[in-house]
Amino acid sequence: MKIIIVGCGKVGATIAEQLNSEGHDITIIDQDASAIQAITESIDVMGMTGNGAVYPVQMEAGIQEADLLIATTNSDELNMLCCLIAKKAGNCHTIARIRNPEYSSEIRFIREELNLSMAINPELAAAREISRLLKFPSAIKIDTFAKGRVEILKFKIPESSALHQMKVHEVMPKTGCSVLICAVERGEDVMIPNGDFALQSGDKVSIIASPSESIKFFRQVGIENNSARSVMLVGGGRISYYLAKMLKDTPIKITIIEKDYERCRMLSEELPHVSVIHGDASDQQLLQEEGIRQTDAFASLTGFDEENIMLSLYAASQSKAKLITKVNRIAFENVIGSMNLGSVIYPKLITADTILQYVRAMQNSLGSNVETLYKIVANRAEALEFRVGKESPLIGIPLENLDLKPNLLVACINRGGRILTPRGRDSMEAGDTVIIVTTNTGLNDLKDILR
Amino acid sequence: MNYRMVVYLMGWVLNIEAFLMLLPCAVSLLYRDGCLRYFLPVIAAGWLAGWLCVRRKPKNTVFYAREGMICVALVWICLSLTGALPFWLSGEIPAFYDAMFEVISGFTTTGASILTDVEALSPSMLMWRSFTHWIGGMGILVFMLAILPLTAGGGYSMYLMKAESPGPSVGKMTPKIRNTAKILYTIYLAMTLLQIVLLLLGGMPLFDSLCVTFGSAGTGGFGIKNDSMASYTVYQQAVTTTFMILFGVNFNVYYLFLIRRFKDGLRCEEMRAYLAVILAAVLCITWNIRGMFPSLFSAFHHAAFQVASIITTTGYSTVDFEQWPQFSKTILIVLMLIGACAGSTGGGMKISRLIIGVKEMARELYSSIHPRSVRVLRFEGKAIEHQVIRSVNAFFAAYFVIFAVSVLLVSLDNFDFTTNFTAVAATFNNIGPGLSQVGPMSNFSQLSVLSKCVLMFDMLAGRLEIFPLLILFLPSTWKK
Repeated sequence: MKIIIVGCGKVGATIAEQLNSEGHDITIIDQDASAIQAITESIDVMGMTGNGAVYPVQMEAGIQEADLLIATTNSDELNMLCCLIAKKAGNCHTIARIRNPEYSSEIRFIREELNLSMAINPELAAAREISRLLKFPSAIKIDTFAKGRVEILKFKIPESSALHQMKVHEVMPKTGCSVLICAVERGEDVMIPNGDFALQSGDKVSIIASPSESIKFFRQVGIENNSARSVMLVGGGRISYYLAKMLKDTPIKITIIEKDYERCRMLSEELPHVSVIHGDASDQQLLQEEGIRQTDAFASLTGFDEENIMLSLYAASQSKAKLITKVNRIAFENVIGSMNLGSVIYPKLITADTILQYVRAMQNSLGSNVETLYKIVANRAEALEFRVGKESPLIGIPLENLDLKPNLLVACINRGGRILTPRGRDSMEAGDTVIIVTTNTGLNDLKDILR
Repeated sequence: MNYRMVVYLMGWVLNIEAFLMLLPCAVSLLYRDGCLRYFLPVIAAGWLAGWLCVRRKPKNTVFYAREGMICVALVWICLSLTGALPFWLSGEIPAFYDAMFEVISGFTTTGASILTDVEALSPSMLMWRSFTHWIGGMGILVFMLAILPLTAGGGYSMYLMKAESPGPSVGKMTPKIRNTAKILYTIYLAMTLLQIVLLLLGGMPLFDSLCVTFGSAGTGGFGIKNDSMASYTVYQQAVTTTFMILFGVNFNVYYLFLIRRFKDGLRCEEMRAYLAVILAAVLCITWNIRGMFPSLFSAFHHAAFQVASIITTTGYSTVDFEQWPQFSKTILIVLMLIGACAGSTGGGMKISRLIIGVKEMARELYSSIHPRSVRVLRFEGKAIEHQVIRSVNAFFAAYFVIFAVSVLLVSLDNFDFTTNFTAVAATFNNIGPGLSQVGPMSNFSQLSVLSKCVLMFDMLAGRLEIFPLLILFLPSTWKK
């Protein structure tokens, strides 16, 4: 597809890199010439310097032949204008990043009037992810496939767990649960384990299972897994606001700590069910007073990455709470991964992932058949959900006879709502959706899984 | 330094070169000139060496501007070494450095020859000699980018393209570099075919029209006759004039025509300046030489041919312009330095650099009168990035330094100044013939080995726009 991306910030660049590696023709527009220079030197895309909301610039970028325009500048208004002009000039699909809560509350109206295919709010998406984690605190990351029938869960094997030194093929018989271990991160490495692979404590393991099975599994291997009953949010920004709103009808007790008094007043007014504390969260006594030792979950969501990291490290030293840390800059992902920060939330990556999912689904209607994409480790391992077409050459062949690419796993087959954990004798049938876990990123079609 | 990757790309280039050598093989079969036994071993060796290099794709494909430049420089050197082998093996050019000179002159589309009697070469050798122009004109790495799916996702291909394509700022036409390279080669091929057909219609034999077309498409200029183009008909010469000029235009213009943006194409500032310079030069020379020819038309015809040949850095000739008056010769020397458009197959300093340089000069002048004035330079309707201006200035500096040193070294041969100066100008700008001892009707054979080596360096430096070749001599390039 021909895709135009306006805004070459972190989100724009991440999307461009991913879509380019999937073979799309990307043109990226930004006013900052040095950003454009940098990206055109690192990946094979066309760069243009200029204001992406200007008609001649869009024309030069080839809006008339484009299939999709993605506006990810840091200004909501500019994004909307880009999409509006693109729609009129080129009649393509448009995606805008719109983050201001005042617009977000009217998002449906805006989307319809501007003919947006999708409006993405990074903070809202991040809040959604956090709320999922609060309901399932043992997991570092959760995503759903097959309309919620299957989950992919990432968790860290604790010290002295039953899973320590267990081989992958023993997991199912020993626990009696139908779960599949699909990826293991150990230190810097990402592996797709075979049956003889021995797990170790400290590994970050991704499993695929149905929700009921995964709860059973966690109980069996002795990992506590009750929904958090109380959560402490540091920083009263947009994510905290959306999250508190989302958790309104749950029994979870919410405390928000915010430095700015005016912001506190506003939050208290909007969120009467929340206890809003005015104070500086770097004051340890304040955190103790507000019960950092007793809280089930602790989320550092201030605007400063360093502060968030320090707060989470402090919380880790004080309590056994589920930790959630927001990090804006992606640059040090590998370093951050090695720290004990619980679940790290990157709003920008979430945004990029959500957009990528849309693009894949859009391409779906143009021939590819990826239903959902989930990144296990950014750019290094992903899980993809494919629909098996009627003419697929893979139908009816037992999996053990397929010549699959290395580091690739058929993790799950969903046959009319029934979830099968595939064995060697099983085969795919038309109408199934299958989940593939692989370190070969950029698959576009189910038959790409063959060697 | 990612040596594995450089070697890998080099392997592909060897493979491609071996493949391209099949054309002279076919000619050899057709004419039964007995040269097949010199080409086939080279093809086999090139293919084997290439296969050894590309057997395993390197895992680490990290590639920066440095690797891009080094890769291009090494590829061109290795290309020339292999390309010279058939001439040397067959004994038609006995000395290896002469064979190298000839083939570098071919690949860099210079057209300077050390052969005193071109017509003595066998047909397949003549064909290979001219075909190197065609390969070198658009660039072998660009060809590789167009046909091989090496570049999935990687941005490194841009570095290769930047290092090989002429011009101060190389842009893409389409988001994917592979498509850009394909478009370039499609245009190149289509125009080549058109010229061949037009020459055939004018009654030129197929062999001649292929060689002449390869020479003018790559703006090379190897003639297959001792008198270059003089013995062809006026029609054939006129067709060649037209196509030389066309191949000297920035290929972006043709792309704009292809996607039906005619207005934008015609608005191209560089092309307009290029055509204006040609027109002015042709008129001046016609006026200057009108007495030497029977009719004004004939004077115009030869002036146009020579101007087109020199400014596009082709180097064909229809008359011995050595005999022309000083004014005309001086104009031709100036044209030598200017060269064709960026993004064309021509060499020289490039019209766009000249435009940017002149604009920069005007700005400096203006700001010495109005020291606080702020003026942004514009080119092709867009503000020029400071980096481009900087690179243009650096190019001019490097250009003149190398030029001066080369003239100094060549002067050891004790020829007259015109010979020394134009020998360097003609090779450094990839033109071919100079004036005096290296004029259109003579050749480079009488120069010493040292001078030939200096000129070989100049030809490569001129084709690759200096910096990729200079970087090879920088010690820090090779430090780990």
